[in-house]
Amino acid sequence: MATETPRISLAGLGALLVDGAQGTFSDSTQELVWAVANTALTLEGVREAVPGMNNLLVVFDPLAVDPQTIAEQLKSLWGSTDAHAVAGAHHTIPVSYGGERGEDLAGWAAHCCMSVDEAVQRHAAATYTVAAIGAMPGFPYLSGLDPQLAWARRGTPRLKVAEGAVIIGGPQAGIMPMTAPSGWHILGHTDIKLFDVNAQSPVLLRPGDKIRFAISEIRA
Amino acid sequence: MIEILTTGLPNTVQDLGRPGYLALGVSRSGAMDKDALAIANLMLGNDPSAAGIEVAMHPFRLRALVDTAVAITGACCVASVGGRPCPPWWATIIRAGETVVLEAPRFGARSYIAFAGGLDLHPIMGSCATDVKSNFGGLAGRGLSRGDRLALNPAEYRLPSSGLGVALEERRGAADGFASAIELRVLPAAEFDAFTPASQAAFSGSDWSIANEANRMGYRLSGETLSLASPLELLSHGIVPGTVQVPPSGQPIIQLADANTCGGYPKIATVIEADLWRLAQAPIGARLRFICVSIEVATEALRSIHRWRHAFVAARKQMTGSRGQVDILQDSVTDAQRT
Repeated sequence: MATETPRISLAGLGALLVDGAQGTFSDSTQELVWAVANTALTLEGVREAVPGMNNLLVVFDPLAVDPQTIAEQLKSLWGSTDAHAVAGAHHTIPVSYGGERGEDLAGWAAHCCMSVDEAVQRHAAATYTVAAIGAMPGFPYLSGLDPQLAWARRGTPRLKVAEGAVIIGGPQAGIMPMTAPSGWHILGHTDIKLFDVNAQSPVLLRPGDKIRFAISEIRA
Repeated sequence: MIEILTTGLPNTVQDLGRPGYLALGVSRSGAMDKDALAIANLMLGNDPSAAGIEVAMHPFRLRALVDTAVAITGACCVASVGGRPCPPWWATIIRAGETVVLEAPRFGARSYIAFAGGLDLHPIMGSCATDVKSNFGGLAGRGLSRGDRLALNPAEYRLPSSGLGVALEERRGAADGFASAIELRVLPAAEFDAFTPASQAAFSGSDWSIANEANRMGYRLSGETLSLASPLELLSHGIVPGTVQVPPSGQPIIQLADANTCGGYPKIATVIEADLWRLAQAPIGARLRFICVSIEVATEALRSIHRWRHAFVAARKQMTGSRGQVDILQDSVTDAQRT
C-alpha cells in the first residue's frame, strides 16, 4: 500500500492538490486515491474531490474551512484509509482498428516491433481500469496498457481527434468522448458514446470501471 | 423573447457556471467575470445565477420583442437602450421593439447583459452556461448568431423610472491600474519551488502581456522565459480556473472558465478567485503583474466580495426611486446600507 506521506499543495485558496505519485503510475496508489476521494467528500466544507493519476484535487469553501485544516485532515485520511479496489462496472468496447479512423495503427505496430495483427490482439487482450475521468467530459485515463504497447505522445498534438477515437499516449490508453485536440496516437474507432449531455447520466465511465476492447475489424 | 441583431461567436449565454462536475471532466464554465453577471442579475431582482449574455466581441445589438428590463455591467462601454444612453452598471426598462446597443469598451473586455427573469434555456448539469470547449449548454452549445431568438422567464420587476445604477468601490480605481499593468494576486502552486530562483523572481518581478491566444479556455502570456531547475514529468492532475501553468516553452498559460479539468504541465501559481474578474476584463495585449500573497490576504479578498454582495442585496431592498444609485463600499456592510 502507498502510505508514504503525500505532497499537499495549494491550488488557489479553495483547493488542495494531494499528490501521492512516486514516479510511474501505481494501481494501488490509485485505489487509495479513490478511497480518500470518497471520504474527503464527507469533510465539512468540501465541495468536490477530483481523482487524477495518483493524485487528488479537493475543492472546498475557503470561507467555511481554512486550507490548513483541510490539509491536515487529508494527510491523516491518506495515512488511515484502506485502499481497496472499486467494484466498478465492466464494459466491452467494440473497436474497428486501423483504416481512416485509425491512422496510426501501422506506425504504432512498427514502433512496437510487432505485426499489426499481433499488436491489436495484445491491445484487446488486456483488461483496463478507468483510473480517472478528466481533461474533457467523460474522458477516461485507462491504466493496464501492456508496457510493450506504450508509445510516447506525438511531438505536435493534432488539432482534432475524432469522437470515438481509441487512442494511446505513453503508457496510458484512452477513448475520445468528443472531437478535441490530442497528442495521443489513434489506433481505431468505436461507436460507443462516452458522453451524452442529454442522457440522465451524461458520463458512461466511472473511476474503477473495467474495460475490454473487442476487435470488430482490422483494416489495413 | 429577445432577438440578436449584431454579434460575434465569442458572445455566449452564461450563468454562474456548473460547479460540482470536475470529477466527470466537466469544466466550471460560467461568466468569466462572475461578479459582473451576479450584480446585473441582482439589480433586476433575479437570482444572481440567472442566465444572461456575455459579450466578448463588440459591437453587440439585440432587440427586445417584449416589454422587459435589462441590466448592463462588466466592461465600460458606450451603450444605449431604446436610443437612450445607458451608463455602465445600469439597469433600465426596455420596451418591445427597442434595441440594446453596446459599442466597443473604453475599459475592460467583457460586458454582461441580464434580463428580468433571466434567459429561459434548458439547463444541462444544473447550468445554462455555454461550454465552448465541449460545445454544450447555452444555445445549442455555441456562440450567438444574428437572428437567434432567446426566451425570457416570466418575471415581475420594479425599477425606478430613471433606472438603477451600481458603483463598486473595488472597480472605481481599476481603470487607472489597467492603464499600466493589471495586478493579479496569486498563491504559489505545487511546482513553484521547482523553478529556478531567477524564474521565481521573474514571475512576480516582471510584466507579462496577454498573447493573441486568449479565450474562455485560457490566456497565453508572453514575457521572460521561466525554467525549471530540473526537468519534471508530472502525471495528469485536476486543475482549477486561475492555474498558471508553465509548458516547456517557458511562457505561462493561465487556465480559465472553460479550461480542461486536468493538466500535466508544472504549475507555478494560482490567481486568487477574487481577482479572476481582472483577467476577464483584460483585453489581448494587456500587461499583467503577479503579486504573491498569503492565504490570509486571499481569504480577506474573497470575504470582501461576499460582504459587498450581501450589502448590495440589502441595499436594493431599501432602494427608493429618488436617486437610483446604490453605492457599494466593499469594506463595509453598514456603509452600503446607509446610502
